Amino acid sequence: MSTVTDILAGKNKPEVIEQAVIRFAGDSGDGMQVTGSQFTNTVALYGNDIATFPDYPAEIRAPAGTVPGVSGFQLHFSSSEIHTPGDSVDVLVAMNPAALKVNVADLKPNGILIVNSNSFEEVDLRKAHLTGNPLEDHSLDKFRVFPVELQRLTRVALEHLGLDAKSMDRCKNFFALGMCYWLYNRSMDPTFRWIDDKFKKKPILVEANKLALKAGYSYCEATEAFQVNYEIPPAQLSPGLYRNLSGNQALALGFVTASQKSGLKLFLGSYPITPASDILHELSQYKNFGVLTFQAEDEIAAITSAIGAAYAGALAITTTSGPGMALKTEALGLAVTTELPIVVCDIQRGGPSTGLPTKTEQADLLQALFGRNSEAPIPVLAAATPGDCFWVALEASRIALKYMVPVILLSDGYLANGAEPWRIPNLDEIPAVPARYETNPVDFLPYRRDPDTLARPWAIPGTPGLEHRIGGLEKQDVTGNVNYEPLNHEKMVRIRSAKVEAISQDIPHAPPMGDPEGDLLIVSWGSTCGAIMQSVKAQREIGRKIGHLHLRYLNPLPGNVGDILKRYRKVLVPELNMGQLLWVLRAKFLVNAVGLNKIQGRPFKQSELDQKIEEMLGVRRTS
Amino acid sequence: MTTNALPPLTKKDFQTDQEVRWCPGCGDYAILAAVQSVFPELGIPREKFVVISGIGCAARFPYYMNTYGFHSIHGRAPAVASGVKMANPELEVWVASGDGDSLAIGGNHTIHMLRRNVGVKILLFNNRIYGLTKGQYSPTSEFHKLTKSTPYGSPDRPFNPISLAIGAEATFVARSVDIFQSHLKDTLKAVAKHRGSAFLEILQNCNIFNDGAWLNLTEKDARSEHVIQLEHGKPLIFGKNRDKGIRRKPDGDIEVVALGNGISESDLIVHDAHHPRASYAFLLSHMEHRPGFPTPIGILRDWDDLPRYEDVVVQQVQEVIQKKGAGDLAKLLKAGDTWEVK
Repeated sequence: MSTVTDILAGKNKPEVIEQAVIRFAGDSGDGMQVTGSQFTNTVALYGNDIATFPDYPAEIRAPAGTVPGVSGFQLHFSSSEIHTPGDSVDVLVAMNPAALKVNVADLKPNGILIVNSNSFEEVDLRKAHLTGNPLEDHSLDKFRVFPVELQRLTRVALEHLGLDAKSMDRCKNFFALGMCYWLYNRSMDPTFRWIDDKFKKKPILVEANKLALKAGYSYCEATEAFQVNYEIPPAQLSPGLYRNLSGNQALALGFVTASQKSGLKLFLGSYPITPASDILHELSQYKNFGVLTFQAEDEIAAITSAIGAAYAGALAITTTSGPGMALKTEALGLAVTTELPIVVCDIQRGGPSTGLPTKTEQADLLQALFGRNSEAPIPVLAAATPGDCFWVALEASRIALKYMVPVILLSDGYLANGAEPWRIPNLDEIPAVPARYETNPVDFLPYRRDPDTLARPWAIPGTPGLEHRIGGLEKQDVTGNVNYEPLNHEKMVRIRSAKVEAISQDIPHAPPMGDPEGDLLIVSWGSTCGAIMQSVKAQREIGRKIGHLHLRYLNPLPGNVGDILKRYRKVLVPELNMGQLLWVLRAKFLVNAVGLNKIQGRPFKQSELDQKIEEMLGVRRTS
Repeated sequence: MTTNALPPLTKKDFQTDQEVRWCPGCGDYAILAAVQSVFPELGIPREKFVVISGIGCAARFPYYMNTYGFHSIHGRAPAVASGVKMANPELEVWVASGDGDSLAIGGNHTIHMLRRNVGVKILLFNNRIYGLTKGQYSPTSEFHKLTKSTPYGSPDRPFNPISLAIGAEATFVARSVDIFQSHLKDTLKAVAKHRGSAFLEILQNCNIFNDGAWLNLTEKDARSEHVIQLEHGKPLIFGKNRDKGIRRKPDGDIEVVALGNGISESDLIVHDAHHPRASYAFLLSHMEHRPGFPTPIGILRDWDDLPRYEDVVVQQVQEVIQKKGAGDLAKLLKAGDTWEVK
């Protein structure tokens, strides 16, 4: 297709295809996440649209070679716009029998299977609880199997460096990566640059990793193992400057941006928890932006320190996952009643309790909406894609500061670790995040509200003449003094509720996608947006009348939701939970919506959505 | 009128219009009075003070102080205070807390704030009982205490708050008593001077649920026999007739000795509150549990050489700014590998 391609590929002219899904799978110690990230970065830089799905175990190092220790990284890359990491894979790289066993069911018929044949000895098979050798028992006949001696060939390539066997074996993932670069006709330069930076203090490892990468690439060229290689041209994304961004990185950038735009110091109080810890790691690097990160002694100190920082005038946030969210519950109520602006990020994972720490789920919605004692309304927003996390962080900060309320931001493990190309906004495209401290002592009272927003004044300690007391006890309207009178309590409860409800006037209507009316409306929230968009697109292409309403604001809901629900004969709410948004919509709008519920720690596949849509439309094909 | 011309602050400036709602006769009144009389003497503008509390009788304290105040949730005051102090290290942050608030539900935050040396002052009102919930035993109640929740005696062994604070390597640890007003005020002034974490246990009576909590220390006759007042640079002497002292034993332990019969003041330990190591203060902190030993009050440890947590945090920010330059948002968003779509 292009001359660069021809040069890169040597004598073979690559076959141009639209898209591919590749999955790297191995032991948690095999470097599969690094390998996948490198491949992702390279194809993203080339201009493909991408969606990734890292899937790794909760154990840092489960026993080597066993099924619980298998770590995977899936990447969907394309020359057209895509929204999911793909249902099934075109290429599977399996570093050992356990990785093969766990992942082979997702490989398409006639798909390419690259296996490290050095790891299929009897002992390896036993660790994976396999009775026979899949490389010999014809169970893989429907695939194009490429057994490659990854370990031996890597050692041969590196033997002159004088490294020990273990260090050499650690480079075998890059041998496999080199093979994949050849297969998809990609430059090794971005990974070379990464290796230079990563191992700059250990030149011998720079050399070893580069050699392994080149060895894999050359192996394909020399042996003509694959006969053909592929070219996936750049995608036609909207013009602009792009980078590859994960959801957690995007949240960190979003909050730094909100801090810069508001002119407020950013304070993060956090306790490490999967899959939210990367936000703490990211933000702790940005000290030159004045970011204060506090690794607290527990989840409760994480949020209460944020409340203290907000009281003292910072843009204060806390980041956690479901179990941590549960611990923060009482403090959330304190933020509600003291009406202080904080943003609480819940990066959801499978539960209950410790649950599935590294797997995704959307089951904290009702916790976010209602999980506090008494009447404690909190605005709730959810990000739809990794890149959207940036914009939702800004919007959550804006709402918190404008209305003097705590705001909950929901993301999940899939968004947190998944990545997509993100168009970098110019600074003037980013909305303002206004913030104002009260400084005027004349007629100051801590609960005298702005008549438009119902926000109380933000009078920070250190301001002369505004000394006042706040706290968790019920406050008298306007004065803020402790007050237990029945009618005052009811009034304050209603004011706090009205303040949050009124935010619906300040947020955009949810834009319905697809058909504006018709047979079926699909309502979604959070990370399932992409898979649903893809499915709706496919269904509409074959003539079905389907609309898609994606909700970014879960509390309050946008003003047009009730109206849109009425325009379709049926309403489907697919969620990675037992039907939480479904419950809200049914309760609030008396709509006979039905759910599609998956609770497997994994995102929806397009095929699962297609099947349910067809079933609801009464057109289910029997296959 | 310039700031310089402002009249000095008085006790009245720190009183609020809120009716004080502690039980009549509660030790908290005396503590409030002492704090309200010490704050104006510190030369600090009123708006710089923030008084933070958790839950319990003591936790009502901020409502009665005309400063910035935050009545937070049970046990969490040290964490709220840490957030305030990090966001604005210029503020003068005090925590008012009780034995349940600081040592039971909030024990974790207390020890972590102390080990970090956040520049926050904790006043621990210790009445050895749960007052606001009407009379259950607390983490400082005596072993086998009979209370509503322990009709057959409490099976718990108590914390010694100052031992705990010293164990967490707090840089300032002191103890005073609600009714010893002049001692309490002097100690509060020393607390105010300390830059790092300061922990002051105030032995306080609960005349409703634990009356006489500290009677053996506060009764006029008993006082001098059972209490030893620690003063930096002075020998450890106690007793009605100042006839007893604390001496080092050759094995490093301490013992009570009677003065006279060849034993003079020069044989006694001279109190060194500024000792860099916590082990000496720890030894003093729990002598009251040994037969024949007195209960120490005063400043056990006052060592201010350790940088404050918030200063370390700010310094780190400044160092990174110096090294990398002040953050440039446009650059940050474009960091790493990027590509252009035309």
